[in-house]
Amino acid sequence: MTRPSTVPDTRRGGPATDPPGPGTARRRGARPRPGRRRVLAAFLTPALALFLLLVIAPIVVASYASLYKWNGFGLPENFVGLDNYTRAFGDPTFRGDLWHALVLIVLSLTVQLPAALGLAMLLNQPLRGRSIYRLIFFAPYVLSEVTTAVLFNLVFSPNRGLGDSIARWLGSDAGTIFADPDTVLYAVFMIVSWKYFGLYMMLFLAARQGIPKELNEAATTDGAGPWQAFRHVTLPLLGPTIRISVFLSVIGTIQLFDMVWVLTGGGPIHASETMAVTMFQYGFRRFEVGYASAISIIMFLLSFVFALVYQRVVLRRDTEGAITNQGDNR
Amino acid sequence: MTSTANPALRARRLVLHLVCIAVGAVIVVPVLFGVLGGFKDNGQLSTNPLGLPDPWAPSNYTDILASEVFWRQLGNSVLIAVTGTFIMVASAAMAAFVFARFAFRGRELLFTLFGVGLMFPFAVAILPLFVLLRGLGLLDNPLGVILPQAAFGLPITVIILRQFFRTIPGEVEEAAILDGCSPFGFFWRILLPMARPALATVSVLALVTSWNNFMLPLVVFTDQSWWTLPVGVQAFQGQYSDDTARVLAYVVLSMVPALGFYAVAERQLISGLSGSVKG
Repeated sequence: MTRPSTVPDTRRGGPATDPPGPGTARRRGARPRPGRRRVLAAFLTPALALFLLLVIAPIVVASYASLYKWNGFGLPENFVGLDNYTRAFGDPTFRGDLWHALVLIVLSLTVQLPAALGLAMLLNQPLRGRSIYRLIFFAPYVLSEVTTAVLFNLVFSPNRGLGDSIARWLGSDAGTIFADPDTVLYAVFMIVSWKYFGLYMMLFLAARQGIPKELNEAATTDGAGPWQAFRHVTLPLLGPTIRISVFLSVIGTIQLFDMVWVLTGGGPIHASETMAVTMFQYGFRRFEVGYASAISIIMFLLSFVFALVYQRVVLRRDTEGAITNQGDNR
Repeated sequence: MTSTANPALRARRLVLHLVCIAVGAVIVVPVLFGVLGGFKDNGQLSTNPLGLPDPWAPSNYTDILASEVFWRQLGNSVLIAVTGTFIMVASAAMAAFVFARFAFRGRELLFTLFGVGLMFPFAVAILPLFVLLRGLGLLDNPLGVILPQAAFGLPITVIILRQFFRTIPGEVEEAAILDGCSPFGFFWRILLPMARPALATVSVLALVTSWNNFMLPLVVFTDQSWWTLPVGVQAFQGQYSDDTARVLAYVVLSMVPALGFYAVAERQLISGLSGSVKG
């Protein structure tokens, strides 16, 4: 996912500069044929129209609208330049959003992904019933964030919830973790992890099973212990999957909305608010569409710049290292 | 491997099982709490949140199942997911066909444009999308959710399908052309049937994504009769905030279709997810 430019183009032969090479069925499309243009157009138009109209155009409009003070009705007329952006970076709520994103990303990378990796390694062992464990661990991924959030709202609801009675039983009051600004972000992280760690576990497991057995056997024959074999054989070969998972996790966190909106609404006192929640509040509740657009453009730029830099610096290795690619594709 | 012979190995296995069971419990217990909680009344929930219902009170579930609201939301979710997936996969397959098997000027540029689309978060586009849909009169119209959802699903689907279409050897196409197949005939009668596993994979991914979508139906549908399950569940929670047991029952019932689908299509889902990571 998300590395189109690194997809090796095996047939980067001539573009449509005919004449066609001799005997090339694969390059058949390059042969001048009556109506070829029409075929191309007919096949591309539906996808292209949907994509340009509903993905590209809105983003262009958002960047335009972010330069205006606009309530979303009529045309934007009150040009304010970059005011919306300076306002955002001066707004304690939005700065809090950035901070929360950072905290959630750090937690995901240091807690959620390693845990998922560990479990994947565990489920790769010959263990009776492991397919059942796998089925259960991955199941939350298919539940919507909303369903998950409502369920956990009730699990942690005061007096009637599960969390509350376990906490009472333990003699503390964990039931209030969603009401306390100091703990709410960690509580949100817990629920996010509950839903998503199975996805990453699944990805790691699939990649792990793609590594030829002989490699680990060879390492063991050469006297490597299990930890050494993992550290020096398995882990490097999982590299591409790990790097993509880090990418997905970061991008996903930047856009986090559903879960937070339903769990906490961003509260208490903005302690769990994310950029998307702030954007939604301003855009759909207070009708400050210009300002909200600026926030969405900042979200976009953050994702985009991160994606570019990450692709340049980190993911590029995956197209260079022949060994890792082989391990990944087998 | 004779595990019984080696006590150290057995101990290790036991530890592994214990870890798995502990993690499994973290997943299952909240869901089980929901399922059982739906069979309790609120008095029981406060006095006995952990145990089995006593007595079992199925009325929460039966009331919801007898109400029209739940079924309508379920139907809306199905309608939107199925139509949207169909539109998306059909147009993506056609585009991927062109990207995979035709050479033309600007192909890589166009393809990269689709690729960049992967990085556009839904949240970035939601405001202008809303304004646009309002302008087109598509608010409170299922197309207002179906079309944008399809558009945002296109990039990943085009990428996966193009990858797959490229693996089909050129000889197949050559033979088809010799037999008098038009490009469309080749696409329709040969390529698509051969690509059935890949199509199943991308369809499953799209169905799950659509099923779980929340932000778009939330802003597009002000008319309750169009609400999908996620919007409905959230609203139900607000409406019956004092009736925890009833909300639990509603949440559990809304999980059933997703989990049932997961049980059936687990393999496609997993291959789609790991495939999209590689693509």
